[in-house]
Amino acid sequence: MSAPVDVLRPDQRARGHALGGAIAVATLGAAVWWIVYSHLAQGAAWLTQSVLGLSSRSHLGSAVEFFLYEAPKVLMLLVLVVFSVGIVRTFFTPERTRAILAGKRESVGNVLAAGLGIVTPFCSCSAVPLFLGFVQSGVPLGVTFSFLIAAPMINEVAVVLLLGMFGPKITAIYFGTGLTVAILAGWIIGRLRMEKHLEPWVSAMSASDAAATESERLDWDGRLNAGRDAVREIVGKVWLFVVLGIAVGAGIHGYVPTNALAGLMGKSAWWSVPLAVLLGVPMYSNAAGIVPVVQALLGKGAALGTALAFMMSVIALSLPEMIILRKVLRPTLIGVFIAVVASGIVLVGYVFNLVM
Amino acid sequence: MKVQILGTGCPKCKALHANAEAAVKALGVEAEIQKIEDIQEIIKFGVMMTPALAVDGQVKVVGKVASADEIKKYLQ
Repeated sequence: MSAPVDVLRPDQRARGHALGGAIAVATLGAAVWWIVYSHLAQGAAWLTQSVLGLSSRSHLGSAVEFFLYEAPKVLMLLVLVVFSVGIVRTFFTPERTRAILAGKRESVGNVLAAGLGIVTPFCSCSAVPLFLGFVQSGVPLGVTFSFLIAAPMINEVAVVLLLGMFGPKITAIYFGTGLTVAILAGWIIGRLRMEKHLEPWVSAMSASDAAATESERLDWDGRLNAGRDAVREIVGKVWLFVVLGIAVGAGIHGYVPTNALAGLMGKSAWWSVPLAVLLGVPMYSNAAGIVPVVQALLGKGAALGTALAFMMSVIALSLPEMIILRKVLRPTLIGVFIAVVASGIVLVGYVFNLVM
Repeated sequence: MKVQILGTGCPKCKALHANAEAAVKALGVEAEIQKIEDIQEIIKFGVMMTPALAVDGQVKVVGKVASADEIKKYLQ
């Protein structure tokens, strides 16, 4: 701040102070966050053993300690990541994503669309207007599908839970295979020339109908607010799923004997992967509820590929989203969409059971 | 003045509708609040994220539940 102060207008000076204050608060917040986060394991052990007087080796004790450690850990990670992603997303509006994708050829477009699906704000209730906005402005159908598959499957909540409960390696595997499924499934749908299976009024829509909305310009204040709003909205919605999911996971962790599931969900059971996907498709839960349960199953002898396939199908394909998309897609196209994505997920499951 | 709430009836759209009503009431302005739930109509506004809010046909808010205070800015 070497510039003479009187050059700044009063409102600019006020904004400078506000930004300085925001940075100070953020730094302090991050420091407190880190101190608490790095002591969670000790805290959980102390609470379980000294305060509640339970042994870590008893069924109840190990379940309680698991819960007291995992629940705050995942919630703290969730707040941090959702806040950061909320800020990142202010740089990627659907309008901008559409402009990037509109002129692209298919293969390149599929890759880009899947990548942009991760960072562009998306909520399944907006799936239809988004779909229409893309198709209308000339984004190829297959490319649009790559976006629609990647957006819900690889989201910040899923990444946090995977990172918190499985570690970076499995998170990277989920991320990589999820992207691959989105890219290939979109590409295949594009190859199948499914345009005639859109609802007739969708194809009749002319490009001139799409009025461009000017997106509002945001300063850093606005971006930080967006991060805070994201935390309030997303964490406010999923915290209960997280707690319930971890509670069920804790129960499995403490009470189900190790390897009890090896026969049912293990590698030797070839049918377990398609069965897991079949069960997962109609189930609707966000990543928050399902990941802790799957983590606990994995500890009891379930195979990684089977668990991964189950998780992906629960998160990526859901009945409510299909019902919403039915407004613009004919049943044939919905069927193809589900079949292509589900086959991709089954393949991922088999590959992992084979190599891990 | 015409205030239009664009959204297919999700909970967030209802929240935005309620905030718009509160804003209009607080300012005491003469405004008609209209709900637009038909997807084809929504698309004509060029909106890709719901809920959205338009004032006199101009889209002001996209993809979030704006607070009543925020909506007031667009009504003045």
